Amino acid sequence: MNLTLKVWRQKNSTSTGKFVTYKAEEISPDMSFLEMLDVVNEGLVKKKEEPIQFDHDCREGICGMCSLVINGEPHGPKRATTTCQLHMRSFKDKDTIVIEPWRANSFPVVKDLAVDRSAFDRIQQAGGYVSVGTGGVPDANEIAIPKVIADEAFNSATCIGCGACVAACKNASAMLFVSAKISQYAMLPQGQPERYQRAEAMVMKMDEEGFGSCTNTYACEAQCPKEIKVTNIARMNREFFTAEFIKG
Amino acid sequence: MKLDAKIPVGPLAEKWTKHKFNLKLVNPANKRKYDVIVVGTGLAGASAAASLAELGYNVKAFCFQDSPRRAHSIAAQGGINAAKNYQNDGDSVFRLFYDTIKGGDYRSREGNVYRLAEVSVNIIDQCVAQGVPFAREYGGLLDNRSFGGAQVSRTFYARGQTGQQLLLGAYSALNRQINQGTVKMYTRSEMLDVVLVDGKAQGIVTRNLVSGEVETHAGHAVLLCTGGYGNVFYLSTNAMGSNVTAAWRAHKRGAYMANPCYTQIHPTCIPVSGDHQSKLTLMSESLRNDGRVWVPKTKEIAARLQKGEIKAKEIKEEDRDYYLERKYPSFGNLVPRDVASRNAKEVCDNGQGVGKSGLAVYLDFADSIKRLGQPEVAARYGNLFDMYQQITDENPYETPMRIYPAVHYTMGGLWVDYNLMTSVPGLYALGEANFSDHGANRLGASALMQGLADGYFVIPYTVGDYLANIGPAPIDATRPEFAKTKAEVQERINKLLSLRGTKTVDEYHRDLGKIMWEYCGMSRNAEDLKRAKAMVSELRADFWKNVIVLGENEEVNQSLEKAGRVADFLELGELMIDDALNRDESCGGHFREEYQTPEGEALRNDDEFAYVAAWGYKGDNMPEELHKEELEFENVKLTQRSYK
Amino acid sequence: MSNFSKAFSSTLGRKLIMCLTGLFLCSFLIVHLTGNFQLFKNDGGLAFNQYAHFMTHFTPIKVVSYLLYSSILIHTIWALIITLKNKKARPVAYAITPKDGSIWSSRNMGVLGTILFVFIVVHMANFWYKYHQGYTPLIEYRTDLNSGATMSRTISESEFTGYVSYIDNGIEITKSEDLYLEVSNAFQQWWLVLFYVIAMAALSFHLVHGFQSAFQTLGWNNSKYRPLIKFIGVWIFSILIPIGFAAMPIYFFFK
Repeated sequence: MNLTLKVWRQKNSTSTGKFVTYKAEEISPDMSFLEMLDVVNEGLVKKKEEPIQFDHDCREGICGMCSLVINGEPHGPKRATTTCQLHMRSFKDKDTIVIEPWRANSFPVVKDLAVDRSAFDRIQQAGGYVSVGTGGVPDANEIAIPKVIADEAFNSATCIGCGACVAACKNASAMLFVSAKISQYAMLPQGQPERYQRAEAMVMKMDEEGFGSCTNTYACEAQCPKEIKVTNIARMNREFFTAEFIKG
Repeated sequence: MKLDAKIPVGPLAEKWTKHKFNLKLVNPANKRKYDVIVVGTGLAGASAAASLAELGYNVKAFCFQDSPRRAHSIAAQGGINAAKNYQNDGDSVFRLFYDTIKGGDYRSREGNVYRLAEVSVNIIDQCVAQGVPFAREYGGLLDNRSFGGAQVSRTFYARGQTGQQLLLGAYSALNRQINQGTVKMYTRSEMLDVVLVDGKAQGIVTRNLVSGEVETHAGHAVLLCTGGYGNVFYLSTNAMGSNVTAAWRAHKRGAYMANPCYTQIHPTCIPVSGDHQSKLTLMSESLRNDGRVWVPKTKEIAARLQKGEIKAKEIKEEDRDYYLERKYPSFGNLVPRDVASRNAKEVCDNGQGVGKSGLAVYLDFADSIKRLGQPEVAARYGNLFDMYQQITDENPYETPMRIYPAVHYTMGGLWVDYNLMTSVPGLYALGEANFSDHGANRLGASALMQGLADGYFVIPYTVGDYLANIGPAPIDATRPEFAKTKAEVQERINKLLSLRGTKTVDEYHRDLGKIMWEYCGMSRNAEDLKRAKAMVSELRADFWKNVIVLGENEEVNQSLEKAGRVADFLELGELMIDDALNRDESCGGHFREEYQTPEGEALRNDDEFAYVAAWGYKGDNMPEELHKEELEFENVKLTQRSYK
Repeated sequence: MSNFSKAFSSTLGRKLIMCLTGLFLCSFLIVHLTGNFQLFKNDGGLAFNQYAHFMTHFTPIKVVSYLLYSSILIHTIWALIITLKNKKARPVAYAITPKDGSIWSSRNMGVLGTILFVFIVVHMANFWYKYHQGYTPLIEYRTDLNSGATMSRTISESEFTGYVSYIDNGIEITKSEDLYLEVSNAFQQWWLVLFYVIAMAALSFHLVHGFQSAFQTLGWNNSKYRPLIKFIGVWIFSILIPIGFAAMPIYFFFK
């Protein structure tokens, strides 16, 4: 396959970026999208040109480090798939592919296609945990959790923190991400003691980081590589309103 | 120097308890006066950083990724072992200990392994308390499964992403401490050296991967939780960023590297599809429970398959060789990882491999689909089948999967004593970065267990003893050693940046990987190893002349990052070959073709090689010095593994 | 109180305000539509004019109507605030607008809302303002209580001292402002009818997302409630109600 790439190049967070066109030649349909970029980069290095920076690590769809908005879609055209698991057979020969970084005020560009998602970490630090220290905890089987609840909590816990929800949302809202963690703990007995504090702290931190608000378009759910459901957002709303108006 | 592993004397079951009592404690009021540096935020690093901060120490944690949650522990699929005996099937701490020692082919320490089995039960309690959503039964209690051919069901799991859930648990504990100000987190920071003052580790040098700034950080102790070095093979199931640099830099400052030749090759990975391949994807070993492994009986049929002239389904039953079932009638397709991997290589080397490259064997579910029905097979393996189809574009319900072994885990690592301290005082190694618990081969679902055991339940005790001994006086970061080490790091960066040759870093990395895989991979022999050593040595010399490193230091510079890592892999590669050459026996993940039983199984030499080979760095281009730590077995009898 | 203001100024709190005012406006639509069905009665507008008088003079309803006006304003102003804040969350736009599988209306609530706001202004200027300012024509109905037959005639201001309804000699006499005639006259203009129909289409799209969305915001989106909420949102609020309202101008135009 031969492709034309329009890639966002930006030196650092303070400079303005622009699109640069590259040719990707002799691409095998069996390559992953990132391997295709590897090939392009290797060609650039050979020509002593600066390679395209993009975030990636595990390349098996679980670390959440890869990103890229590909032709207007976070993680590309394939549903429930991260960019590293997207293969070139999803494209056609002679396609033009536009590659952009996640765009959000709270995700400043680090370089080219890599962005700073530390806002996500700071939200988790605000309350995304159960306050237990190491040791002195009860036996694991002293806490029985109905399977349906455990499974539902698990669905929320599968979030990989990639930020595709923010990238997809027209308001750059982080609610799917935040609600997944709040939901996981709200459903589990371990999360109960700090349930409402946590919801309040995490939502307030999310706002402070400058993410937009949810207008329920559900684009996040459609683009989430782990298929996290927007019912988590509904649950987060309930937790937050209960925290603010009922529990006081 | 004689290696003292500091294994406590006394009965096996009492060693750890007694040792904990004998360790010095740090006065609670003094703890905040100590700074502890933790490098890496995987299971070992995140759990250690959180636990130490909870105790009151000031922790500085570092990771090269954009978030501590991205560490490669996250990719572990299968599960985590613990001797809970929830299933009432006869498990016990001793049985987990025994299985681990035996699985490691009797090349690990009894004391360490027993402690690992002992604290395994606490790990599960800890993780559940954190809200880790382990699989549960309808009654609401925890579910277990049997894993990797174990005779008992002791593996706790969280669907196919146990690693992610456990890491998120440790990450949440770490976040709590960051929020409380007891941990200062440095992301996108790569450790490039360790600072030694009076022979003790008292700091590190890092490069900020965004600004390029080279920084020094001082601490009373330095914990390396930086994972394994499987990427020396270029292609492995490790993450792209996984590297040996932190461990290797520590090695060059005096920390011994132990058993570097012990590499685990996982049998069920998706085969390489072309030269562009950047990494390999593992599929859970559980597939071998219902899939049958086979290749065509003859090279002729295999050749036609490779050319695409015929399809797998068209091959008649009598023309197929179900080689694992044939050779190992009692274990069949469920033989341990090393045996399954080696046999796959053997049939492929023999020309019977399938797929375009001929480097794959079939894992066939046709019989299971016939027996159980497609819906049941889908229920058990649906997600794995989907993943396979996504990557290969082949439907495993209709055509057999192609699998091939891939480098997965490195049992070797920095030598540590019972306290997890390396041969450099104040420098510790935890998790996959150390060599301690798995011997020559790691059992399935034990990596997560070891990482968390080290971080949550071992280091909080043992580091205290060292800290109490050195006292809480602040570390003086103005000591010339800091500036000197920093200058050395900068010098190396400048040297790399001055290289504007003709070959990319990735090309060197690929070349190195090919040599290592070919000659120091699944099976090795002295002649090939000697040849490989010369090849790696030559490649390394060429690297420092001909590599292209672009850009400058004061920016995000991936070619500089990669160049530094590959430079270290090139040095490590030689040591791995030395170690493999030195070990004139076959054991676990180290198979020397000269040493096998008449049936072709690994033949250990317990009389001469029941020791840990700990290598000491003696200077550039100098042979490393071998230190032997003899392994003593008081509680288990050394036997030949047999899976016939 | 400071806690409440903090809660309401959060992203979730602002959404709650949108949701509560929106749902209140939805409930008003049902009342408004039911009342306005009197327009279809073939009684020369008697029932409708009586209803109009009741709605504008019964104190509790007057109170509610002020709530309604403020809801409209708050809903509009908050929508503006939220939109501006959301724009700030993505200062650099994508070169290619993300394709995201969301329904069109969910991404265009602002456009739809603006059409509706303009509509409300026009609608109130047309009827509410004229009615309240006494610019409406006047009418007298005489209903023979025996036969049930109703006669009506236009009256002048001198004959009108305010709304009255009394029985005189077996005849019920009602003197009222004739909003019915006002409506009937207004909808003789094709462009106004067209504008109303367009506005009702906007209402339909606004509510097909808005009604269900309100329950998501409240946190009542789960597998139990979702089918019911969806049914009501689609069938009642985005089909029946807009069609009911749009039928009125069309009815008068073709009558």
